[in-house]
Amino acid sequence: MVAALIALTLSLALASDAAAGTEDAAQDAGVPVPETAASEAEAGSEAEDFDIQSLLFGHIQDSYEWHITDIGDKSIRISLPVIVRSSTGWHCFMSSKLEDGAEYEGLFISSSDRNEGKIVELDASGQEVRPLDISITKNVLALMINSAILVILILACARWYRRHDALGEAPSGVAAVLEPVIEMINDDVIKDSVGPDYAKYSPYLLTVFFFILINNLMGIVPFFPGGANVTGNITITFVLALITFLLVNLTTCRHYWKDIFWPDVPLWLKPIIVLIEIFGVFTKPFALMIRLFANIMAGHSLILCVVAIIFITAKMGAAIAGSMTVVSVVFGVFMDCLELLVAFIQAYVFTMLSAVFIGLARERPEKA
Amino acid sequence: MSLLLPDSGLLFWMVLIFAIVVFILAKFGFPVITRMLERRKEYIDNSLRLAKEADAKMGQMMEEQARMIAQAREEQNRILKEAAQARDSIVQKAREQAQDEARKILEEARVKIETEKESALREIRSQVAVLSVKVAEKVIRQNLSTDKAQMDLVSRMLDEVTAPKAGEKN
Repeated sequence: MVAALIALTLSLALASDAAAGTEDAAQDAGVPVPETAASEAEAGSEAEDFDIQSLLFGHIQDSYEWHITDIGDKSIRISLPVIVRSSTGWHCFMSSKLEDGAEYEGLFISSSDRNEGKIVELDASGQEVRPLDISITKNVLALMINSAILVILILACARWYRRHDALGEAPSGVAAVLEPVIEMINDDVIKDSVGPDYAKYSPYLLTVFFFILINNLMGIVPFFPGGANVTGNITITFVLALITFLLVNLTTCRHYWKDIFWPDVPLWLKPIIVLIEIFGVFTKPFALMIRLFANIMAGHSLILCVVAIIFITAKMGAAIAGSMTVVSVVFGVFMDCLELLVAFIQAYVFTMLSAVFIGLARERPEKA
Repeated sequence: MSLLLPDSGLLFWMVLIFAIVVFILAKFGFPVITRMLERRKEYIDNSLRLAKEADAKMGQMMEEQARMIAQAREEQNRILKEAAQARDSIVQKAREQAQDEARKILEEARVKIETEKESALREIRSQVAVLSVKVAEKVIRQNLSTDKAQMDLVSRMLDEVTAPKAGEKN
């Protein structure tokens, strides 16, 4: 269905000659206007095609500024600090200096295929090179905001337990909301999957769960400070999967390595099985990384595609545009609900699989 | 393709932020909550166990109570039976005693009557003797009004004295 929808919207994009000035329709319909949609539409002339591809990638990828929306000709965007170390030393300035391809202190945002959208400088031979870039980009800022929300929520919950006698009264406020979720993840997922010494891992796994959940949910919110594609960015999922990988392989027992390098199979099978086992050590966290990344990214893309239908069909006549707007709104609502579910499921799955991998690595051989 | 390549800047920030988040939450956040949840679970388990025990104890007490009531009722029945028996035996005894007494009184009465009768008879007999003596005196007085008669009597008496023993016996 996902593929079908994407194909549908892409073909519509080619067929139509949609243009700017349609975001009002989207706003009337109550569907979030994708921030890049408006800017893309604005950038082109009236006659230009509605560029759904750049809309999609503009949203899904990271950027140096946080574009919120356009009101008429005025675009509302948050400039973010750029922090780079180029050949001329450290540079620190606001991204507004680089707007519209401007160059600042020898740095500019590349438009070449290889480094598109990244800050580059020109070396002596005129080649684009990327400096060491630790700018506070849109994703970094979203990450900070979401992390702050997460920390505040959990600490508020913990504070309730410090201040109150949990044996004597029912939890209230944040604690009442979070407690069942924490209990479910801790007891049903972590305790069951990791095994007897789960307590060592449960803080990390709980953090992972809520980190992914909050980032997923904030990604669905269509306006600042939500809407950033944080968990749909492979860097984020890479770090999460890497930590799980390290936890699985560094805190395991002898039995785990014995199973990998000297499994209980006939001798002639050993080389193949060992190869497969070693491969498996890496594929498990890799699958974690790709699963979360692909699911969230696909979710964002789908919602954007559904919304984009409105802009694509805008120039196809009132009947088609009107009916497709209704379809788009209905699908948009459906997709948003689906994404809410996916946000939870992906956080749950990531935590559960991490716990299962840790549990498998800590399994003791059964004494016959 | 850039979608699938981790970005170094974001990687740096992600590692930093996530490390901080994990540190804070693993130190001040989740352990507090999970420990509390654990404690509460224990507490609830404990309370449930205690409640069950109390229930069992209650059941035992009820049983005990029922047993005691049954016992008391049995005791009551026994006592009542005993009392009835005692009453019966007392009445029986009293009746026997009364009968004895009555018999004794009758006996005494009979003895008394007997003696009374005896004495009455004796009196009658003496009266009869006196009367017969008087009658005899009168008879004799009439018979001995003449000298001859007197002489005849004397002679008869003398005869009698001298008469064979058989006549004396009469």
